[in-house]
Order: sequence, then structure tokens, then C-alpha cells
Amino acid sequence: MSQIHTLTMPKWGLSMTEGRVDAWLKEEGQAITKGDEVLDVETDKISSSVEAPFSGVLRRQIARQDETLSVGALLGIVVEGEASDAEIDAVIEQFQADFVPGAGAEEDSGPKPQKVELDGRLVRYFERGEGGVPLVLVHGFGGDLNNWLFNHEALAAGRRVIALDLPGHGESAKQLQRGDLDELSGVLLALLDHLDIPEVHLVGHSMGGAVCLNAARLAPQRVRSLTLIGSAGLGMEINGSYLQGFVDAANRNALKAPLMQLFSNAELVNRQMLEDMLKYKRLEGVDSALRQLAANLFGEGRQQVDLRAVVQDGAQPVLVIWGSDDAIIPADHSQGLAAQIEILPGQAHMVQMEAAEQVNRLVLEFVRQH
Amino acid sequence: MARKISYQQAINEALAQEMRRDPSVFIMGEDVAGGAGAPGENDAWGGVLGVTKGLYHQFPGRVLDTPLSELGYVGAAVGAATCGVRPVCELMFVDFAGCCLDQILNQAAKFRYMFGGKAATPLVIRTMVGAGLRAAAQHSQMLTSLWTHIPGLKVVCPSSPYDAKGLLIQAIRDNDPVIFCEHKMLYSMQGEVPEELYTIPFGEANFLRDGKDVTLVSYGRTVNTAMDAARSLAGRGIDCEVIDLRTTSPLDEDSILESVEKTGRLVVIDEANPRCSMATDISALVAQKAFAALKAPIEMVTAPHTPVPFSDALEDLYIPDAAKIENAVLKVIEWSKR
Repeated sequence: MSQIHTLTMPKWGLSMTEGRVDAWLKEEGQAITKGDEVLDVETDKISSSVEAPFSGVLRRQIARQDETLSVGALLGIVVEGEASDAEIDAVIEQFQADFVPGAGAEEDSGPKPQKVELDGRLVRYFERGEGGVPLVLVHGFGGDLNNWLFNHEALAAGRRVIALDLPGHGESAKQLQRGDLDELSGVLLALLDHLDIPEVHLVGHSMGGAVCLNAARLAPQRVRSLTLIGSAGLGMEINGSYLQGFVDAANRNALKAPLMQLFSNAELVNRQMLEDMLKYKRLEGVDSALRQLAANLFGEGRQQVDLRAVVQDGAQPVLVIWGSDDAIIPADHSQGLAAQIEILPGQAHMVQMEAAEQVNRLVLEFVRQH
Repeated sequence: MARKISYQQAINEALAQEMRRDPSVFIMGEDVAGGAGAPGENDAWGGVLGVTKGLYHQFPGRVLDTPLSELGYVGAAVGAATCGVRPVCELMFVDFAGCCLDQILNQAAKFRYMFGGKAATPLVIRTMVGAGLRAAAQHSQMLTSLWTHIPGLKVVCPSSPYDAKGLLIQAIRDNDPVIFCEHKMLYSMQGEVPEELYTIPFGEANFLRDGKDVTLVSYGRTVNTAMDAARSLAGRGIDCEVIDLRTTSPLDEDSILESVEKTGRLVVIDEANPRCSMATDISALVAQKAFAALKAPIEMVTAPHTPVPFSDALEDLYIPDAAKIENAVLKVIEWSKR
């Protein structure tokens, strides 16, 4: 049986609308296997390889080197089995006749993060999906709403899902007042007020887990369930040298070692990730916000706030997810909690990015039950 | 997602935000307001290419048009800086440096040293550099190495809108005299720039591309040309690392050496004339400190040792382009295969 596949420009991340073809890595006539890197594409954010979603023979390279094409545009033709040139030409002609550039790119029509002023400070948040009890995603120390890049869309199938930038982070205002957990949880609750959301499922990663736990302590009636991923607030230990290294790092060499501790696959810490993180750290106010939070929450390399009681009180169901090899906060903080506990073997601190599918499945199943 | 603005807008925004933050920051130069006091628009020019346009209205009394005397107004700016304010002084074209060189070379650059570290001269001289605008030999030079040669000056040459904003804010806050070189052919370049204030530290090169085969080092406009060459070479299986120096003084020696230790091959791209230039300086650095790592002789892609020609065709030939960079890369690759 033969099949003519169209290889198209992928969409990496929410902001990608077009990509520039850097180089073909396979030649016409070459056999390729599903997962092979077929060509390099560069966007204004990242450059990466397009992997073949199917096996076959690369019969046509449609996109030329250095050509900039919209998301979804035809890059090449891969044929499984046999197909004549005429058949291939017909498929190409049909594709090009139907293709509307920009239709899949969602540049202007699509959703974008928004900013709102809450108690005199700017907070950025991003909404996807509709319906159900809304779910809110809360990132960790030094992170932002893009930490949920691989989760947000998946969790928003059939539910309103909101990710925010905590104060001092992302594109929210950098100035902190007290720089403690109550301030961060207060902003989270203020955002719920602003969006008229009476009750939510909260999902927090790392420090964001402690922010969610504390929000549940302050306003238990508003929290339908808690999902805590590699969470702070559940034990005393935390990797103090990571925190110090991350806060102090002012250039890419200094930043690389701490960031590599976050991932099980250290190769993910690439030039672009380092550059993006440095761009954030250079913004006015970020350095003092991070130092303030680190001192208040994790001073002297120990967690200063213990919120285990919030879980043990059982006011709401709790799902705890941890990478077994988390080098920042040890997975054994999950022991003895009155919760559904899921330890993902071999995974590290950024488990929601590196094992996104597994985490998404666990969260979807958990919130569906509650 | 940060919004996109031009290199020129990024510079304008950095000036506006720093003037708002710090009342001791002010702008002076030829035509920086341009037309104030005349009937009609108050800042008809806002600099010869409009970079300071709009600031005169926002900061009355802090955008000062000066007489056409570089010796006079640059001297005034140097003096003001030593008295505790932060002038951002515009030398319209770097080619006019001769008219005010003593004020910079013998005054601003020497104060900290000659007064036992007790004198600060927080002065920024913004100046347009580079060829490509069909502006002939007296308005097109790339005199970055001239400044880099002088101890006591810091020399900055941004290659993108993001860098232009962050490096200019750093320059304004720096307590030493900074020569801030703006490439006139980059003014319309668009790029993502945060709306907030941020600074990029001096002496830290930027890696625009990681690669294992050849190190390309440049600064200013030709960083972008080097990236074009690197993209094209990637299609031929050659993996270039591209380093933007950002500042030529201080110079990030470590990043250059670290990269050459990895790749073993170096091509330096410099739009300036080749003698006693950044190209020769970096080549000497690598020959001296990373000799054992080199797999091929160092290649330099520079302008020729001539003034910038007025003929369009000759000016295009004068400026390092991607094809010349690609040839140089192929040469070092071929050499090490011998």
C-alpha cells in the first residue's frame, strides 16, 4: 500500500507564526524513518530540527533553503511505498490550492496573554479553554507562565485554564512588597476575584506549589483540589546551592550549571534557554525580587514555611507529582501525605515539561474525579 | 511576548526611560532637538536621523541643541560629567571625532587615572558609525578601534535593538566615559525589546549561535552578516559559532578563547579598516593564548585599507558581506583538511 504524506511547517510554541528553512538534512530520494531529523528550521525564538512524523522516502523538497514559510506550509513530500511523479504533483497542487497561509498561525486572531492591574500592580495571565471548574497553573521560583507550555493547551480541552506570572516574574510587575508567601498567594486570589472565579483547581510547581497550598490555607472554600508538582512547603530540605547559583548567575556560563540541575536531560539547557533566562534576570527589579523571595522562603538553604498541615487537614483532595530524581526538592517530601502520590521514575524537577504527557494525563484524570 | 521595535526606537526608549528615572541625565548635541524656537514643530529633527525625536517635549530643558562646534560642546559635556550630572552627548558622525579628540583622549579618558581614582566622568558619547548609507568617506567610517585603543574609555557597539537598549542604559549608569557606537544601517532593524528597563553588562560577549566547527567573532552590523553566513554554511554541513563582542572595551577575552578552544578555527569579521583593528587585536589574542588549539591560520574579513568609497558599487565591495565570510570559513576548513 502506498501513501503520500505532506511534511508541513510545525508550530513550536504559541507565538510561532512562521519559520525559516535553515537547511535540509535529508536529500531527495533518501529513505527516512519516523523520528528522523529531516530539516532545520529557525524561528525568532528557537531553531530546531523538524522530525519526520512518518517513514518513507523523501521524494520532494518543496521548501527552499532560506525561505520563510507560514506555519502549516508545505515543506516536502514523503512517500510510503510507490507513487508516480504525476500522483505526487497532484497532491502538491491540491495542497497548495487549499492552503491558507496564517490560518493555523493564530497571530492576531488567536489568544494572547493579557495584563491586568491588581492592587496597583500589573499581573500577566493567559487563558485557554472554556467550561468546568477553572484550573489555575502557578509556576515556581524564577519561572513564568511559559513553564506550562506543554501542559496548558492539553489541560484546556473542555476546561478554562489560566496560567499567571507571579509578581517578580515573567512580565508581571517586578516590585514585591513583603516578598513572602502571603503576598504571592494574595495576588493569585486577587486574580480569581478579578476573573469572577469562585472556585478553582490549583496546580502549582515548586514554589508555586507552596503558593497554592497557602492559598488553600487562606481561602479553603475557593480551592476545589490541589495538584502539587515537585512542590515546596512539604519539608525542610531544598537545594541551597542551586538557589544561590541561580540567583547570583549573571552570565551564561554561571547560569548553565544551576539550570542543568533542573532537568533530567541536561541537553535541554541550550543557548536559547540560557539567553531567555538572562533576559529575564536583567530586567530591573528581578534581582532584588528573587533575593527577597529566596531569603524569606528558603533562607540559609532551608525551607522556612511548612504547609504539610494543609494537605493533612484534608479540606480538599490533593495530587502530588514528583520526579524521583528531583535535585532541587527531594521526592521523599511526598512520604506520609494524605494525597494521591505519583513518583515519576527518572524524572527531575521540571517534570511537567520533560514528562508533559504523563503529567497532563494524571492531572486531567484527577480533576475529572473531583 | 515582548513587542518588536526598531534599533532606533530602542535607543530613543532607553534615553526616555533613563531621563525619567534620573533627573541628572540630559542630552546635548547638534540638532538633537533641531528647530526648537523656530515656527512650526518644536523638534523638527530630533537628531539628523530622528533618533532623539519626541524627547524635547517630554523633557523640556534637558534636550540641548548646541552650536556646530564639537570641540566646544563635547568639552562642555566632559566638564558637566565631572560635576556630577550624566550628559548623553551626541557626536553626529564618528567621523567628526578629530574636531573634539583632545576632550576625549586627553581629558575624559584620563581623569579617573590622573586624580587617583577620585574623579568620575559619567559621560556617554552616542555616535553614528559605519558604511552603507552612500554618505562617502567623511560620514561612513567605522572608527571603533580608534576608541578601543585609548585606556580609560569604554566602547560599545550594539548589533540589535535588544542590545541597543540594554547597553545604552548600562552606558548611562556607568561612571566612566563611554563611546556608544550606533551603526546607521541598523536603525530600522526590528527586534523584540522588553518595555521595562534592563541593563546588559559590559565585557560580556553574546553567543548568537553555538557551533563546533568554526568561531566567527564580530561586533556591530557585521554580526548580522556573520549570522547570514552561518545559516548558509549550515546548509553545507558547516557548524559555525557566532560571537557578538557587544563591547570592544572591555573585551570578553574568555568567551573568544573558550570558543576557539572548542572549534580550533577562527574567522574575525570587522567592518573597520584592517590595520591596528579589532580584527588584528583578536587574532593576536588567539594566536598568543590559544595557539595550541588552532587547526588552521586565523582568517580576517575586513574592509580594505582605503577610505570608504562614494561609488555605490565600490562601497558595496568595501563592506564585508556574507559571501566573503563564507569564503573565509571554507578556507579555514579546507586548510585543516590538508
